[in-house]
Amino acid sequence: MSKFILKRLGFAVLTLAIVITMTFFLMYLIPGGPFLSEKAPTQATLDALNAKYGLDQPVYIQFKNYVVKLFEGDFGMSLKQRGRTVNDIISTKFPVSAQVGGLSIIVAVLVGIPIGSYAALHRGKFWDRFFNVLSTTGIAFPSFVMATVLIVLFSVYMKIFPSYGLEAPINYVLPVLSLAVYPMAYISRLMRSSMLDVLGQDYMRTARAKGVSQFRILFKHALRNAVLPVITYLGPLIAYTLTGSFVVEQIFTIPGLGKEFIKSIMNRDYPLVMGTTIFLAAFVILMNFIVDIVYKIVDPRIKLN
Amino acid sequence: MEKIKKNPLSLQPDLSLFEPATLEERESLNVMRPSIGFWQDGLRRLRKNSVAMVSLIAIVIILFIAFIVPTFYPYDYKTQDKSAGNLAPMAYSKAEQARIDAGEFVMPHLIGTDNLGRDLAVRIMIGSRISITVGLVASAIIMIIGTIIGAVSGYFGGLVDQIIMRIVDMIYTVPDLVIIILLYAILRVPLKELADSVKAFEWIGTIGVGLISIFIVFSLLYWVGMSRIVRGQILSLKEQEYVTAARALGASSGRIISKHLIKNSIGIIIVTTTLQIPSAIFTETFLSFIGLGVAAPMSSLGSLASDGLAGLYTYPHRLLAPALMIALIILAFNLFGDGLRDAFDPKLRK
Amino acid sequence: MSKVLLDIRNERLSFFTPAGEVKAINDVSFSMNEGDVLGIVGESGSGKSVTAYSIMGLNAEPGRLIGGEIHFNGHRIDQMSERELRKIRGNEVSIIFQDPMTSLNPVYTIGNQIVEVLRLHTHLNRKEQKARAIELLRLVGISEPEKRLKQYPHEFSGGMRQRIMIAIALACEPKLLIADEPTTALDVTIQAQILELMIELKNKIGMSIIMITHDLGIVSTICEKIAVMYAGKIVEYGTVDEIFYETAHEYTKGLLRSIPKLTEKQHEKLVPIDGTPVDMLNPPAGCPFASRCSSCMKICLSQMPEYTHLSDTHYSACWLLQKKELTKGEEEENRG
Repeated sequence: MSKFILKRLGFAVLTLAIVITMTFFLMYLIPGGPFLSEKAPTQATLDALNAKYGLDQPVYIQFKNYVVKLFEGDFGMSLKQRGRTVNDIISTKFPVSAQVGGLSIIVAVLVGIPIGSYAALHRGKFWDRFFNVLSTTGIAFPSFVMATVLIVLFSVYMKIFPSYGLEAPINYVLPVLSLAVYPMAYISRLMRSSMLDVLGQDYMRTARAKGVSQFRILFKHALRNAVLPVITYLGPLIAYTLTGSFVVEQIFTIPGLGKEFIKSIMNRDYPLVMGTTIFLAAFVILMNFIVDIVYKIVDPRIKLN
Repeated sequence: MEKIKKNPLSLQPDLSLFEPATLEERESLNVMRPSIGFWQDGLRRLRKNSVAMVSLIAIVIILFIAFIVPTFYPYDYKTQDKSAGNLAPMAYSKAEQARIDAGEFVMPHLIGTDNLGRDLAVRIMIGSRISITVGLVASAIIMIIGTIIGAVSGYFGGLVDQIIMRIVDMIYTVPDLVIIILLYAILRVPLKELADSVKAFEWIGTIGVGLISIFIVFSLLYWVGMSRIVRGQILSLKEQEYVTAARALGASSGRIISKHLIKNSIGIIIVTTTLQIPSAIFTETFLSFIGLGVAAPMSSLGSLASDGLAGLYTYPHRLLAPALMIALIILAFNLFGDGLRDAFDPKLRK
Repeated sequence: MSKVLLDIRNERLSFFTPAGEVKAINDVSFSMNEGDVLGIVGESGSGKSVTAYSIMGLNAEPGRLIGGEIHFNGHRIDQMSERELRKIRGNEVSIIFQDPMTSLNPVYTIGNQIVEVLRLHTHLNRKEQKARAIELLRLVGISEPEKRLKQYPHEFSGGMRQRIMIAIALACEPKLLIADEPTTALDVTIQAQILELMIELKNKIGMSIIMITHDLGIVSTICEKIAVMYAGKIVEYGTVDEIFYETAHEYTKGLLRSIPKLTEKQHEKLVPIDGTPVDMLNPPAGCPFASRCSSCMKICLSQMPEYTHLSDTHYSACWLLQKKELTKGEEEENRG
């Protein structure tokens, strides 16, 4: 087990290192420095600014400095939000995104798994077909499309839910739902097919032959096996929710990291772009690493390498 | 059973019944089922799948609306008519109303106009055209790159396979859209300069820098899924006897890959590509929505939805119409892809 | 004479598939006494497994019992509710399945899976359950049972897993053990070990066994009586000697001709049974074996033969036997 963890950890660190290197050099390659967009600065101010941010040094020194600072947990200063560090921005904005995203993941999993299992157990019957139509429609609505539809329906026409901000719990409904619908539909389909697969397995017959009750067969023998594909989907799900938050936060004017990331790209706020990219990548890589380990715990068949 | 009881043998045995049966009589018991080929069988199953057929018809209609209708539609996507700005659906501007009063036929603005007086219906058609084109081209790119990498990885195995699969794993664990957005933001500037400065690359400007960078980004990152599937297929196919036989007969690796392995994976490749289309459309509309896709005056469904967001409370239909169009396109391609998969590769059904 | 343990009378069971009704068991009757070892022989799809499952009420939708009675150890299995059946399964009747590789739940330790059946049917406490599980593993010949309890199915070989399945099946000392092709998925040497183990345990515990197989060799080594099934019917029933040496049914003869014999000369050819089994969706009106039978007669195509009793224990359903009886009667008449 520890060997497995170590191996996955090594892989995660390597991936992150590559992401950091790539991000840094890609940003460096962008022609025209970050200050070009501002109204015609004089050469003197440009030089001063470049010197201030260390942009006048050779690239490898810049890279070395950046990596050293990263190790110290310092993402540098924002170029456009004067006086604020990237760390500061991330640490204030990320919890907001994590809250909305985390809620939507919980909703998606808690609704998707029972629906999928129920549909599998009642295969071909009315509710199976009903949920099938719903989930097929659901996966045709990516988060931003869902968000726009929900906002028009529930904020503009019906005026039930507010369309911006996060002041009260009711404000969470639409953004969380926008992010949750697609994965909910996906998980319920995934769960349905894997449950059907498991129900047809020989060990289910063994359990019946032992005299185990339907209830225990479902909850002890079937569910644990059927949920495995959903666990593997958790990695992509987290990444999906994260990117979904870029638009959902914009649509619902939620002050989260996703909105900040898009803004930083539009503003060419390079340190912030880099910091956020690396932070988000590290976050997703970390989550994938955790999912790997959880999977290993739940499914004893996974080999050590 | 009952028949026998009505015909008790002990009373009047009909010994002729105990004569040996002829071969034909016995053969008649064997009902032969005709055998059908792979493609025929798949097409038959596809035709019987009503959901898939309906979605196919929907796709054809969508393609017609996106590619044919705008060519003869009375409005075009970029002509601005300040006097006809912000019209509600089916409404006419003063000038248009005057023309109607004069007995002229004026095409109604089905979904109204935007603030610059451009007809929204035609803009959505053109937007669909852009989004679908991106979906199709991107999927084709993904298919080619993914198939080649997957086939090479699966066929040669060993170190090559190890390295490729580690790269695939890495791309999988990284949040793709974050990287795409980053790459996209970076590529746009040099591409624009290239288009502006070098004569030979003028076409980049015509197609649009946004679109080109989307394609580049797709080809850099999105092949992983396809290559994994093709690799898996090749790995299992390569153990088959006929591949060993071909190798024994001296066929080259290239020939074995293209003739035997790819040909036998073609079903799976087509299905995966079809299912890739909606996901590519999703990515394109997503990028356009956050303002990183095609540039004005071109419109994509994503940028139209994004424009609609601004006047949300006054003109909700401007947001709803492109959003629902995106959902419709994705739905149609999803359902058709599912149908194809069920018809041609029952194993993949999940 | 010992007590009757299982008595099946005119059982009919069909699968109601979208394509139509499949008569998987079509009027099957047989009985067995306590301590009997019965072999049910037939090719895939002949209904042998379905018959065995019905003794435990294990056939799930779309399979439905549509007629007949199943008496087991004083119970009417065919009339029991699911809840009542659960008390019998794994307790009074147990089953070992064909494929040990897939019959154990991959995500639980084998200890967990053995203890589960003890918890359901016995009043042992945790400690006793564990002790019993260890005892069972030792019984089926698994070394270091204390350590093995904590392992998962994938850490065992096929033969070992089948031993574990046997341990689970025997945990509550059942009256009847059904073995559904228990050795088909195993290597030949392992096959012999498992069969030996089963005979040894039968003698130790004193249960009855129904051995389902398509391998006549296995049947001849461990069974006392044999039922040969074809297309949902028992076409011949008898003791091992009667089946092997006084073979009555053409299908049984075909089966026997298709087993290699070491004693025969080298040039002796194996004779396969030509043709394919009947389409169970459209069963013929007459004898289901008619289309593959080399002695097929006109009557075989249109009418199903009734059983001809050849001895107290031996009967078979074949028109040839009916014809023999018939002509024998005529000869006697002629003489008279």
